Amino acid sequence: MDERRIHLKVNGKQYEEMAETRLTLVDFLREKLGLTGTHIGCEHGVCGACTVLVNGAAIRSCLMFAVQADQAEIATVESLARDGSLHPLQQAFWEHHALQCGFCTPGFLMTAYAFLQENHSPSADEIRVAISGNLCRCTGYENIIKAIRAASPDMKGDTLTTDQSC
Amino acid sequence: MKPAPFQYHDPRTVDEAVSLLDELGDDAKVLAGGQSLVPMMNFRLARPSHLVDINRVSSLDHVRKDNHSLVIGALARQRTIEFSELAKLHNPLLIEASHHIGHPAIRNRGTVCGSLAHADPAAEWPALALVMDATLVAQSRRGQRRIPATEFFTSYFSTCLEPRELLVEVHVPALPSGAGFSFLEISRRHGDFALVGAAVWLTADHSGICTNCGIALAGVGSCAVRAHAAEQRLQGERLSDSIFAEVANSIPEELDPTSDLHASAEYRRKVAGVIVRRALGVAAERIRKS
Repeated sequence: MDERRIHLKVNGKQYEEMAETRLTLVDFLREKLGLTGTHIGCEHGVCGACTVLVNGAAIRSCLMFAVQADQAEIATVESLARDGSLHPLQQAFWEHHALQCGFCTPGFLMTAYAFLQENHSPSADEIRVAISGNLCRCTGYENIIKAIRAASPDMKGDTLTTDQSC
Repeated sequence: MKPAPFQYHDPRTVDEAVSLLDELGDDAKVLAGGQSLVPMMNFRLARPSHLVDINRVSSLDHVRKDNHSLVIGALARQRTIEFSELAKLHNPLLIEASHHIGHPAIRNRGTVCGSLAHADPAAEWPALALVMDATLVAQSRRGQRRIPATEFFTSYFSTCLEPRELLVEVHVPALPSGAGFSFLEISRRHGDFALVGAAVWLTADHSGICTNCGIALAGVGSCAVRAHAAEQRLQGERLSDSIFAEVANSIPEELDPTSDLHASAEYRRKVAGVIVRRALGVAAERIRKS
């Protein structure tokens, strides 16, 4: 078995783990680190459920091997809420009924988070393009668009957890 | 839905990478952005014994200007081109095409050279390479060779790259000064591969006569296609909607697409003409406005 020792920071916490080189980042996060907030959907980069931030950029964690994240900084959906309070983006999803079953939600949140870092006052159409790589079978997307739009003013200057252990 | 086991290699230099490819031969695959290779590995459609991951070869992570070309290194991501000031200045066609490639999360990882080496005939980059007469640079232990885009793509997902070669960069000529351009595609959903895509640029003299042009199509056969007959028909003509319609009408007979689950050959032929007409219209409008 081809294994490597990897060092990486996830949601502000430093980890050192052995990983088989064929282990995808999403499986590593869920199985090795117990961070099951990131969901596995299609496993071929189509559904967006496994979206996480690697060094600040949204990526599909099913299309990256854990070994490739050696020395990287990763943020998952678990980094959003702080001290038991929902992040403004999560709060907006709650208030606008932007989820039903919730399976796709971690991917939408991380995709929207990265997008709102680049665009502080997006139009509905810009949001549609931004989330076009994420699939949701429950909501019909309209409430997700409303929620992202509603959260956008609260996102200026937002930074994700870098020092809290979670 | 999990990849088969493989031996992982992460070279730090091009020399190390090509030495590995030389030693491992057919058993190795190069991993760059992984946005096409890893899905195939997850499905076990690809089961390489060795992966040579070039993500830590920092010398390949560049986009620079060299004479009249943009030089895009093997690690330059699609997202880098999308936001590249050099591309904006010298070849905005590349940026326009970028927006059609997958989604931001895919473009954050996927690379230009990876898309070229993967050679999906419905992808954007093979058509861009053809329409701009790009040159691809392959390196092996024996040295480098420069391959014109016209010779690079050989069939579906096939190129003339040897197993022991690494595609290290692509040289994409700048658009001629004052050129109009457009990239359009029809797909079922935003970010999907094109059913048909068109990459177009053209130049005109002060009286509106077309002096030069390029027209290439994606999704209409085993490789991206350059529409030479249509280009010749347009050169020397005054830019107008009627000549664009005439050129567009000649497009279907230049193409030999296949039918698949997504669209029939007949549909692809017809749509190819329609989007070439639209793309030429957009390109001409840009010349007028510039």
